[in-house]
Amino acid sequence: MARAPDQHNLILILARAFASNLATALFLFDAEGTVVYYNEAAERLTGRPFIEGAGTTAEEWMGRGNPLDEEGREIPIESLPLGVTILKREPAHGVTMFRTADGGYHRFENVTFPLFAHTEDFVGVVAIVWPLEDARP
Amino acid sequence: MKGRIWGSRGSIASPGKDTRRYGGNTSCVELRPPGCDTVILDAGTGIRELGVRLVEEGAERMFLLLTHLHVDHLEGLGMFEPIWRPQTELHIWGPASPLASLEERIAMYFSPPLFPVHLSEVPAHIEYHDASESEWQIDGARFSSTAIIHPGPTVGYRIESRGRVLAYLTDHEPALGADLETDAPRWISGFGLAQGADVLIHDSQYTPEEYRTRFGWGHSTTEHVAQLARKAEIDRLMMFHHDPMHADDELERMRDDVIERWGVEDDRCTLAAEGTDFDV
Repeated sequence: MARAPDQHNLILILARAFASNLATALFLFDAEGTVVYYNEAAERLTGRPFIEGAGTTAEEWMGRGNPLDEEGREIPIESLPLGVTILKREPAHGVTMFRTADGGYHRFENVTFPLFAHTEDFVGVVAIVWPLEDARP
Repeated sequence: MKGRIWGSRGSIASPGKDTRRYGGNTSCVELRPPGCDTVILDAGTGIRELGVRLVEEGAERMFLLLTHLHVDHLEGLGMFEPIWRPQTELHIWGPASPLASLEERIAMYFSPPLFPVHLSEVPAHIEYHDASESEWQIDGARFSSTAIIHPGPTVGYRIESRGRVLAYLTDHEPALGADLETDAPRWISGFGLAQGADVLIHDSQYTPEEYRTRFGWGHSTTEHVAQLARKAEIDRLMMFHHDPMHADDELERMRDDVIERWGVEDDRCTLAAEGTDFDV
């Protein structure tokens, strides 16, 4: 091989450097939808150190939080902002209820953006999760 | 592979009594993979003299690999004699931009008011190739490129021929995106290009003290380059892109610092010096 086969794209490297200095929870997915990094704020939110979450698919990841809409109804994964961005490669946002590290449900604003390299190759997704006031369904 | 340094200075050409040993011309390296036409890494001011030599040799086909389009890597192209000859076939690789093609971006420099002649008037036959995330082969030599950390679209190159590898990563600040000591290789910019190279030509512009006020400018320190060389398990390092404010004596002190930090015999680390030949 001319290059190490598992070398991340530069955009993911820079996104990770940005995330690692950010106090807001940020998750980074590669183009296949696999979690490649999340920061300390995200670790606090999920209760899982990144080392345990690395390599998880986006589908598994979203399923762990048992996402609900604001009325307490289950949300299909493809309708969540992360699902929309991975499938359609478009930015998305929305308010979602997730079960967090304390076992309870909380409301979060989710903002997800597709990441495109200079060549306009789709290389991954960045998901920023912002906690809103506490609420339970 | 045989190689020659035609320019190793960073940022701006810096001729003068303080830069005689390592030279004042900006980035340009010639590489001759066996059986392959001449490969040229960057078109800094050093390319002028190389062009004269290529015309004397009667070379008509050549390959120019641009890492990026900052002026010190492009400013020699207008004085590269082969482009003024219609029989020349020049292939140029360079990083893509979402805003303009490689040809359009080169033409921004190669046109009035910055240059008297427009790129479209150049008589040589020039073909442009995107090198952002690519692998290709020419005459038995294998090339690969990857985007690396530097302001604006920038790539590094890896060239393999008959089992020997040269990696060229000038204008590179991998420490901006990772901890070079502790992070996994996959998170280190340029690691895949440098890994196991027989010769790594790498940016070594700053001392660690200078870096404190130049963070994010896109260049490496002696500490960074020693860390990368050790981690990527390269054989020989050629320090490159010398700061225009560094006199020869200062460069030699920086080399000593790299050798001490890397912990290797001193023949594994050299300062790229204009006019010197090397083997890969």
